[in-house]
Amino acid sequence: MSTSSVSKGCFVFKPSPKKRKKQDVSQESYFIHDCAGPESGQRRFKLCQDLWKQIETETEVLQDELHRKILDSLLEFSRKCSSARCHGDWASQMRASEIPTAALMLGVNVPDHDLTFSSLSDLLRQSVTPYVVSLQAKECGALKHLLKRVLEGLMETVVAVDDEDEADQAACHVQKSVHCSLTTLCDWYIIKTKKSSNDTPGKKRPSTVTDEPEQLPPVVVVFKDLEAFNPKVLQDFILICSRYVHRLPLMFIFGIATSPSTIQHMLPHSVSSLLCIQLFQSLSCTEHLATVIDKFILTHQFPFKLTEKVLSVLVSIFFFHDFSVRNFMKGLQLALLEHFYTQPLSVLCCRKKAALHHATQLDHGDLERIRLLPSFKRYVEGQEAEEQVNLMTDDSHLKEVCQKLIKTLHKYHKNYYPTLRCLHALTSTLPRHLLGKQIRELHEACLRKNVWEQENYQSAMKLLKMQAKDELVVSLRRCAEILRSVKSKTMKNACEQLEELLCRFQQLDAAVDVAPSEDECVLSPPKNLPKKTDLFQLQKTLLEMNESRRSKKLSPFEILRNETVEFVDGLVRSHLWPPESQPLHEVCYYSSVATVKHHLNASPRTSIQVALSNPDHYLENDSLKTEDGSLSSAAPDICIAYKLHLECGRLINLYDWLEAYATVVSAAKVDPDQDAFGKVDEVKHARFIRAVSELEFLGFVKSTKQKTDHVARLTWGGC
Amino acid sequence: MAGLLEHPGYDEERLKRAAEQLPCREVQAGMLLSLMGEPHQYCYPSIFIYGHRASGKSHVINVLMKELELPHATLSCVECVSVALLFEQVLRSFFGCDVASLLPRSPSLTDFVRIYRQQSPARQTRYIVMEKAELLRDADANLLPALLRLQELVEDNVTVILLSEIVWDTFRPNTGCFEPLLLHFPDYSKVELQQILSQDRHPSFSAELYSFYVSVLLGVFYSVCRDLRELRHLAALNFSKFCEPLAEGKVKETDTHKLWKNIEPHLKKAMQTVYLREVSSLQWEQMQQMEEETGALKGLSAHTHVELPFYSKFLLIAAYLASYNPARTDKRFFLKHHGKIKKTNFLKKNEKTTNHLLGPKPFPLDRLLAIFYSVVDGRVAPTASIFSQISSLVTLQLLAQVSHDDQLDSPKYKCAVSLEFICNISRTVNFDIMKYLYDFL
Repeated sequence: MSTSSVSKGCFVFKPSPKKRKKQDVSQESYFIHDCAGPESGQRRFKLCQDLWKQIETETEVLQDELHRKILDSLLEFSRKCSSARCHGDWASQMRASEIPTAALMLGVNVPDHDLTFSSLSDLLRQSVTPYVVSLQAKECGALKHLLKRVLEGLMETVVAVDDEDEADQAACHVQKSVHCSLTTLCDWYIIKTKKSSNDTPGKKRPSTVTDEPEQLPPVVVVFKDLEAFNPKVLQDFILICSRYVHRLPLMFIFGIATSPSTIQHMLPHSVSSLLCIQLFQSLSCTEHLATVIDKFILTHQFPFKLTEKVLSVLVSIFFFHDFSVRNFMKGLQLALLEHFYTQPLSVLCCRKKAALHHATQLDHGDLERIRLLPSFKRYVEGQEAEEQVNLMTDDSHLKEVCQKLIKTLHKYHKNYYPTLRCLHALTSTLPRHLLGKQIRELHEACLRKNVWEQENYQSAMKLLKMQAKDELVVSLRRCAEILRSVKSKTMKNACEQLEELLCRFQQLDAAVDVAPSEDECVLSPPKNLPKKTDLFQLQKTLLEMNESRRSKKLSPFEILRNETVEFVDGLVRSHLWPPESQPLHEVCYYSSVATVKHHLNASPRTSIQVALSNPDHYLENDSLKTEDGSLSSAAPDICIAYKLHLECGRLINLYDWLEAYATVVSAAKVDPDQDAFGKVDEVKHARFIRAVSELEFLGFVKSTKQKTDHVARLTWGGC
Repeated sequence: MAGLLEHPGYDEERLKRAAEQLPCREVQAGMLLSLMGEPHQYCYPSIFIYGHRASGKSHVINVLMKELELPHATLSCVECVSVALLFEQVLRSFFGCDVASLLPRSPSLTDFVRIYRQQSPARQTRYIVMEKAELLRDADANLLPALLRLQELVEDNVTVILLSEIVWDTFRPNTGCFEPLLLHFPDYSKVELQQILSQDRHPSFSAELYSFYVSVLLGVFYSVCRDLRELRHLAALNFSKFCEPLAEGKVKETDTHKLWKNIEPHLKKAMQTVYLREVSSLQWEQMQQMEEETGALKGLSAHTHVELPFYSKFLLIAAYLASYNPARTDKRFFLKHHGKIKKTNFLKKNEKTTNHLLGPKPFPLDRLLAIFYSVVDGRVAPTASIFSQISSLVTLQLLAQVSHDDQLDSPKYKCAVSLEFICNISRTVNFDIMKYLYDFL
C-alpha cells in the first residue's frame, strides 16, 4: 500500500470489496476436517448451507404466520385512526386531538423483537403507509438526536426511492441536520403527499388511497424499546408532536417488554392525555418456541436431528436464561454447523434420495469410519458370522447394506413422529400430565430410553384404561387425524385399525341404547352390606366386593377400551424406539453437549482460570504442559504470578511474591549454581509489575491500605 | 359582551370578530391590546403572561395575532432543541426562508442580531410569541436576558411575549435582567367554564339541552378537573351516551331528571377510567357501543404481570432482598447456622421505620450474586448469561443501575419493583419471600 502523501503519518486503508469476496469463497475449505477428502468437505458444506437456508426461510414464514393476527389488528387500528381523522363529525372535532398509539406487548425476550418489528414495518409499508420510521433508545439519547433520527428515517427512505446519487444524499443530509424540526417534516410531508396524489395516485398502495382521496397515509413512528427511552426525551417529543398532529397525521407504536403500566410510569398525565393508547398482546414466547420445535425438530422432513441431551440444553437455556427464540435458533445453527463440520459421515444426512446417492459414492476412508461407528458395530454383532466378515471386509457389500440401513433409518423417522404425536394427543389430557404437557417433553422422554419402560408411561396407560368414553373418543379422533395425513404404509395401516376401533365405539353407542339394564346391577351390591359391622369386617367385605367386581365380566365398552389401549401400546412399542437403537443414527444425530454448552453458555470466569492455570490449553503449546501442580518457567508471566499468588493468604507481600517470581523465571535459563540465579534485575522487575497489574485488572488482587507493600487477594481457594 | 375590545388603530370589524372568539377573556385581551398600542407605535419590549394550563394564554394571543393580522412568530420552546432552531424560526416567519438561510451553522446571539439588523425595519410592531417559556431557563444563560431586551439590541419595533405556567419569580437570573411586564391569566370559574363549553353545541341538538349536559358534566368533573381541554374532550366522548334515550324516543328533551339519572353513573365511570387514560378514548367509544357486557375491560394498570425467565426471577428476588434488607441481616437469612438472633437485637434506633417506607437501597453486584446463589435451588454456574440477565433487567427497568455506567468495578443497583410484583414473581417459583424480608419478621 502506498500513498501520495509527502508527510509521514498513519493512513487508513479500507479493504477493497474484491478481497472480501475471495474470503467468502474459501469458506468451504474450512470444512476439510481431519482426513476426509476435500470433495466430501465441499459436499458437507453445501448440505449444511442448504439446510440452514431452509431453516431461515421457514422461520421467516413461521414468524409471519405467528404475527399475522396481531399485525392485522394493528393495521386495522392504524387504518381506523387515519380514517377517523378525516371524518370531521362533531365529536371528533370537539375532541382533543390525540395521537393514536398502539402499545405492543412483546414479552421480555428482547432479542426476538427485531424480527417482529422488521416484519411489522414491512407490512405497514406495504399496506398502510410508506412513511414508517423505527427508533431505538440507544440512538436517541437527547431530543435532538431523536428528531434527527425521525427526519432521516422518514426522508431517507424516500430519497432512496428516487435513485439519487450517494453524494447528493449526503449533501441534503447535511442541510437537513441544520434545522431538523418537525416543521421541516411537515412541509416535506405536504409536498410529498401532494406530489404522489397528483402524479401517480396509488402507485404503491392502490387499494387504500384511491378510494378516498382525502385520506392521507399516516406517519408511523415506532419506539422499539420503550423502557429504555429517556422519559424526558419521550415526553418532549410527544409534546412537540401534539402541536403538529393537525397537519401531520402521526401515529406511534410503543414496543413494550414488561407491562403496560410502564407507560404510566414514564409519562405524566399531562402527556399521556395527548395519546390514545390501545393495547395489543403478542403471542407468548413459549408458544412461539413450541411451534418452532414442531416445525424443525418434530418432523421427518428435516434430516438433521438433536439427541436428547443437546435438545434439553437448548431448551433449558431458553427457559432458564433468555426466553429468546432467536437464540434458540442460533443454538440450532451451531449444532448444525458443528455436526457437519466434525462428522465426516454427515454427507449422508440429507433427504433420502440424495443420501442414497451419496452412499454409493463413499470412499474407503468413509466406509472404514462407518465400520467404527458403535451403532454399526452393534448391528454387525447381530449378524451371522459370514455376513460379519463380509461387512468388515467387502466395501461394495457395505455400500449396499448402508443404503438399506439409510432406508430403514428414514422409515423409522417417518413412523416415529406420527406415533409420538398420537401418544401425546392421548396422554396430554390426562390428569397430572404424566408424560408432559408439551410434546417437547414427551419427545425428550422418548429419546432418553424406551418410553414403555418408564414408570410414568405405565401409569399413563393405566389412566387411559380408566378414561371416560367421550374423552377417549375425542382424543382417538385426533389421533386418527394425525395418522391420516401421513403417507407411510405402516401408518396407513395403523390409521385403518384406529378408524375401525372408532367405528366400533360408535356402534357401541347404538348398542347401549338398546340394553341399558346392565349398568344397574353394578350399582346394586352396596345394598347387601350388613347394617352393623366392625372395621375389620367392613374392610373384608369391601375387598371381596372389589374382587368380585374385577372378576366380573367386563362390559363391551371396557373390552373395547382395553383393546384400544393395547393397540396404542403396540404402536408405541414398535415405533418409539430411541434413536440409539438404530444403526447409523450417528449420521443424523448431533450429540456433543459439551460443545454446545461451551459455546452458548459461556462462563468467562472458568475460562480465565483455565487460561491462567493451564496456559497450554489455549496456547496449544506442548512445551508448556506440566505435571499436576508444577510450574513451567516458560509460561507467560501472568500465569506464573497467578500460580504463585494462589499459595498466599488474604494479604500478599509484594516483595516475597517478586522473589518467588524471579526464582521461577530464572530456572529456565541458567543453572542454579550461578550467582545471578534468582536475582531480580530490571527486566524481571518490570515483567513482574506488569503481570501483577494484569491480575489486578482481571480482579484477582487489589491494592490495600491495611499493610504497606501488600496487596489483597480477592479470590478464595487455591493451594 | 362582544365589542368590548376597542382600540384605535385596529379595524373594528376585526376586533369584533376576535372578541367573539374570546369568551370570558375580554379583560385580558383588552389589557393586552392597550399594552400593544397602535400598530406603528413601539410596544413594551417584553411581556410575560402566566396562568395555569388551559387558561387561554396561547388562544388569546393567537386569536389576536391572526385576526388583527399582525406580523408575528409563534414558537414553542420545547421544540427549539437548539438556539439555532429558535433564531431560524423567528427569521423565517418575519423575513422568509432566504434570510433564515443566512444564519451560519451554529449561530450565536450576535449572528442573529446582526442578520436581523440587516433587514428592513418594521413598519408595525413585530411580535415573537414563545410558549412554554420556562424551558428558556435551561438554555444558554444569555438567551433569556437578551430576548427580554431584544428591542434595544436590534433597534427595531419588536416585542417578545413569553407564555408560561409558572410565575416570573422563578425565572429571574442571578445576574439580573430587564423586567418584563407581567400579566396573569386567572383560572376560568365554573360559570365561565359552563359558558365556554356550552358554545360548542352539537348542531343537531338544541342549545339548552347541550348546556344542561354541560352542567351535569361539570357537576361530576369540576371537583377533579378544571382543565378546559380535558373537559371538552370528555364532553365530546360522553355526549352520544347522553343522547341515547333521546334517540330511542324514551325521553323527551325537557325531561332533564331522567336524562341526568341516565348519564350520571356513566360519567362517574368515565372519571375512573377514561379521564385517567386507563382506557383510551377509542376503547371507551367501543365500550359504549357494546353496552354493559364488556364492562370489565381492563385498564392499563391492570396488566402488571410480567413473564420472566427462571433465573431472572431469582435474580430479581435476590435484588429485592438486597434492596430492602439491611446488609447486616444477610447472615441471619442466608447462613445455615446463624444461631438465634431476635429481631430486637438487630434493631437500631433509626431503623424503627420499615425499610419499605424508605424505599430501595443500593447494593453492590457481589451482594446480589451472593444472595442469588443462596436463594436459587441447585448449583448454577456463573455463566455469562447470568450476568447478561442482570443487564437486561436493567434495560427492562426492573433494576436500576445506581452507579455510573463507566464504573466497571463493582457496579451498584437498586431494585425498582413493588412488593406486590415481587410477591407474584416469587409465587410462580414457590419461594416464600415474606420469610426472608426483614420488615415482615
